[in-house]
Amino acid sequence: MTPAVSIIDVVKHFGPLRALDGVSLAIAEGEFFGLLGPNGAGKTTLISALAGLVRADCGTLKVMGHDVVGDFRAARRLLGVVPQELVFDPFFNVRETLRIQSGYFGIRRNDDWIDEILANLDLSAKAGVNMRRLSGGMKRRVLVAQALVHKPPVIVLDEPTAGVDVELRQGLWQFIRRLNAEGHTIVLTTHYLEEAEALCKRIALMKEGRIAALDTTANLLAGQPGASLEDVFIRTMHAS
Amino acid sequence: MIGFWTLFLKEVLRFWKVAFQTVAAPVLTALLYLLIFSHVLDAHVRVHGVSYTSFLIPGLIMMQVLQNAFANSSSSLIQAKITGSIVFVLLPPISYGAFFAAYVLAALLRGLMVGVGVLLATLWFVELQVAAPGWIIAFVVVSGALFAALGMIAGIWAEKFDQLAAFQNFLIMPLTMLSGVFYSIYTLPDFWRGVSHYNPVFYMIDGFRYGFFGVSDVSPLLSFGVVFACFAGVTLLTLELLRRGWKLRN
Repeated sequence: MTPAVSIIDVVKHFGPLRALDGVSLAIAEGEFFGLLGPNGAGKTTLISALAGLVRADCGTLKVMGHDVVGDFRAARRLLGVVPQELVFDPFFNVRETLRIQSGYFGIRRNDDWIDEILANLDLSAKAGVNMRRLSGGMKRRVLVAQALVHKPPVIVLDEPTAGVDVELRQGLWQFIRRLNAEGHTIVLTTHYLEEAEALCKRIALMKEGRIAALDTTANLLAGQPGASLEDVFIRTMHAS
Repeated sequence: MIGFWTLFLKEVLRFWKVAFQTVAAPVLTALLYLLIFSHVLDAHVRVHGVSYTSFLIPGLIMMQVLQNAFANSSSSLIQAKITGSIVFVLLPPISYGAFFAAYVLAALLRGLMVGVGVLLATLWFVELQVAAPGWIIAFVVVSGALFAALGMIAGIWAEKFDQLAAFQNFLIMPLTMLSGVFYSIYTLPDFWRGVSHYNPVFYMIDGFRYGFFGVSDVSPLLSFGVVFACFAGVTLLTLELLRRGWKLRN
């Protein structure tokens, strides 16, 4: 079976910095996968390479079997990415933003699905509000909505709950869990390790551009009885 | 096709939502140029057998078309790069050809809207003749598209607003102001007349003016050849930069 995400021997330099150092991993269709690591470990670079925002120096990245460079149109159509940075276009309101994003993915009339996303992310009341007027947490929700407008089978969430209040976090995870249960593959990076522990079935720990550990969450925890994912994380990061 | 169309509409909405600044203000600027220069020179200068005010208007129209086409694509791209919202157009499956076409056509549309605005506003001052409407359309469309594409290159290249301002103030402004907008190059000393022939904007304005008066400093066919060759060159360069993802996809 074709993996939802396939990454083979990916290397990326930024000047002298080796941001990705031969990363390989495969994520199966329908998985809830965690990509964890400290700042600068290479998580966002890896996600950016998968999304085509960064060009890898060498190696192969595929989404549902489609190469992100050679077959970029198919690969991007199958991928939804929530970027880490809180970015928005100040000229448009929430509904306009989502309609425009749908159009970029070749979807003309998408209001039924947009309404559903808005309701699930508790944004319905803000549909006509300009992006500039939203709080940080609201803007973060719109970023999630933008990643979902084309119903991508693979959803990458790069720290989606940073700066988001507890209530929304719960609502967001409920929605993402539902999407996962419906068959969407979820790739999550987060610094909230308890969230990763609760949600992800399999986890990769990245360190200095490499995969330092890759296993099911249960196996990672079983290796150190009584330990939390935070303990496993700290020990892995400090291992030479 | 929907991706291209959406990006085009988004770019049009972007400038239309602030049309007072992006369309009305350049029309007013052109009118102020016209008022000042025509007041000072109209009674003293005739060029190609027409009054100075009549001579000036096509140059002002073309200058505003070029500057606004350039400003639209360049400011949109650099703003999106600096705020990070560029990811919204880099993540979807939009081909680089569609990306190019959407930005250039939206910028051209803004340039043409400003150009038509200047034309309508200046009709109050003089009755312009139209000798060759085909040349008018050909020159304004290809020249506007060329500057829109140049704006894309500037917007992709610049990493800060002051770099873009430098591109605009030290390249685009001198090229347009020293291209014969306000004078015929035959009034210049030999050296500067020769230099003017290396300025592609001179051919844009001279050919555009031919469409109104049926007279020009050089043949409109030669002018169009130069303008079209520049457009083709800049288009190929921009497409290649987009294909490589230069400064966009690291």
